[in-house]
Amino acid sequence: MSEAALPIRLGLVGSPNSGKTTLFNALTGLRAKVGNYPGVTVERREGEAVVGGRRLRVIDLPGTYSLDPVSPDEAVVRRVLQGDIAGVAPPDGLIVTADACTLERSLVLVAQVLQLGIPTCLVLTMTDELRARGGEIDERLLADALGIPVIGVVGHRGIGIGRLKTLLPEPSAWDRPVLLPPTDEDERNAWLASVLDRVLLHRPGRSTRTEAVDRIVLHPVLGTLLFATVMVFFFQLIFAWATPAMDAISGAVTSLGGVVRSTLPPGLLADFLADGMIAGVGAVVIFLPQILLLFTMLYVLEDIGYMARAAFVVDRVMGRIGLEGRAFVALLSSYACAVPGIMAARTVPSPRQRLVTILVAPLMTCSARLPVYALLIAAFVPATPVLGPIGLQGLTLLGLYLLGAGSALVAAGVLNRTVLRGEAMPFYMELPPYRVPPVRLVVSQVWGAASAFLRRAGTIILTASVVLWTLLTFPQADPPPDTPPEATAAYRLKHSAAGTLGHAIEPLIAPLGFDWKIGVGLIASMAAREVIVSTLAQIYAAEQDDDVSLREAIRTDRRPDTGELVFTPPTVASLLVFFVFALQCMSTLATIRRETNSWRWPAFAFGYLLVLAYTASFVTHRVVDAFA
Amino acid sequence: MTAPILLSDLPLGTSAAVVGVEIEGPVGRRLRDLGFRPHARVVCRRRAPLGDPRVYEIAGSQICLRRREASGVRVRPTPVAM
Repeated sequence: MSEAALPIRLGLVGSPNSGKTTLFNALTGLRAKVGNYPGVTVERREGEAVVGGRRLRVIDLPGTYSLDPVSPDEAVVRRVLQGDIAGVAPPDGLIVTADACTLERSLVLVAQVLQLGIPTCLVLTMTDELRARGGEIDERLLADALGIPVIGVVGHRGIGIGRLKTLLPEPSAWDRPVLLPPTDEDERNAWLASVLDRVLLHRPGRSTRTEAVDRIVLHPVLGTLLFATVMVFFFQLIFAWATPAMDAISGAVTSLGGVVRSTLPPGLLADFLADGMIAGVGAVVIFLPQILLLFTMLYVLEDIGYMARAAFVVDRVMGRIGLEGRAFVALLSSYACAVPGIMAARTVPSPRQRLVTILVAPLMTCSARLPVYALLIAAFVPATPVLGPIGLQGLTLLGLYLLGAGSALVAAGVLNRTVLRGEAMPFYMELPPYRVPPVRLVVSQVWGAASAFLRRAGTIILTASVVLWTLLTFPQADPPPDTPPEATAAYRLKHSAAGTLGHAIEPLIAPLGFDWKIGVGLIASMAAREVIVSTLAQIYAAEQDDDVSLREAIRTDRRPDTGELVFTPPTVASLLVFFVFALQCMSTLATIRRETNSWRWPAFAFGYLLVLAYTASFVTHRVVDAFA
Repeated sequence: MTAPILLSDLPLGTSAAVVGVEIEGPVGRRLRDLGFRPHARVVCRRRAPLGDPRVYEIAGSQICLRRREASGVRVRPTPVAM
């Protein structure tokens, strides 16, 4: 490769809320490459730009207030800048973004960055806001004082970006400080005071807009009401409003499968395409409505400045279980589906708390559990009225929901004190001034989340769907000639690999009261929890779309050896409890893998929830058996 | 001159001058980097519905701290003008 073809590498350093990402988008457009740094779970974002015929690679480093790291994210910034990460060359030049309204704090970061000896320029962002708040900074004097180029910009309007771009291709030609800022803290404070004294002609006042809004948003009563309203809105968004799009997708998948079946001759190829491939792709795409809606809302509120306030309002409650306020949205979203919920955990700044949130999110009662609960409750719990319109069936469902949420809270507390114990992370959080986010910024963030899901989690989900289909289909046993046609599928399933597996695990699940048929259902439900319903329907050769016949079938099924009922009260209770705890969902596992960048955590989550599920089911079975 | 108190005890709506950060290690350094340096002016601006955490205005920004961290900062309340 020739010298000229190598892009100039520019690192973008700045504190959270300093307009770093907006500047990144202004420089590179929406074509960011997102990955991870080797060995850590910190997101790596890079984008390219061509300026004056030179290729620039802009590296968006995680936001940090200081180069003295207190979290792994921040440690990565330091290591990248020092060239300590194998395979990641240190940047040729650094762009430090500093919110012009909080110059004092930003200069601490600048002073630390200058010690690295890499050519550096300072970009003052939000200069329009500075002016609106009556502040003024003399950029020329600041450049003189620091000895580096200083450029004021308004990132989302493109003001100053042109001037910055002409500078970027030649970092080696940038002014370098004659004298570095002092490293000793006291001396640095004196230096800071003298620089501010010279360049800060007028200190900005408080943002009147932010003050006015915060009087409501942070009001003890109104703020709490607003918080509750926003959270209900979040819940509705993914629980109810995503449903039409999701129904449309499953409708499209079904009809596409139908088209394949009517075009191709009946047989394995048609089955594979319709039930394996198309259903597998559908299993991935089905999550997009929720992810897009949730992340649009999440990023809009984050960029406006509300999420920090929401975290502030609920911090005390979350603090009880060792989490911080931002984990709330992730856990709440997991009530609809753990996949977007786990992805929402990326807004939790502390990596350890992010992990705790991810690991307990699958315990929240997601909507895929509903069909399973609905089938079992409708079949076995009498509709006895208990209190007015509230019946025993509804109370059972409520109990299952509460059991899930309660377990998640307990698990978070336990994980924080055991597996993930560590030095308590300091809690500090900036409440940024309210800002109207540029549409571009929101779009790029939402698209980043969705495309990462499709590429990383999607491939795993698709592969797993095909593997499951294979297990449920092969080997293909031919039923004896006298088998009635409606029992063919049941016969085939019984003799498939999954059926064999179901028989094989029968001794293991017998203490929970499960027979091999439930075992096969559990294996199939790895695709998604509700799949156990259709699998049981297939096993019992029930008419697929007829809930009544399946309900009747499982209610009357008897064990061939003893003649006892399969679904006894202890078994039903045990199965319900199993579904409360077990991580029966490959999409969740794939998402945990994607978000933690390792198979270790999905394996851990699956393992601890399986142990929990097994123990709880076993105990439930015994207890109900003793009382019934 | 008033007697120094802990930042976590600073009454809501009042201001103080930072005396020093008393937490050792990276956390203390981080608080100083955020602006909690000697002589800096800090105002206790807001309190969460359940009393904790609180929002402090420091170095031109609004920083939210829990009691635990705020009790590591010693401040001298600004005397109220008569």
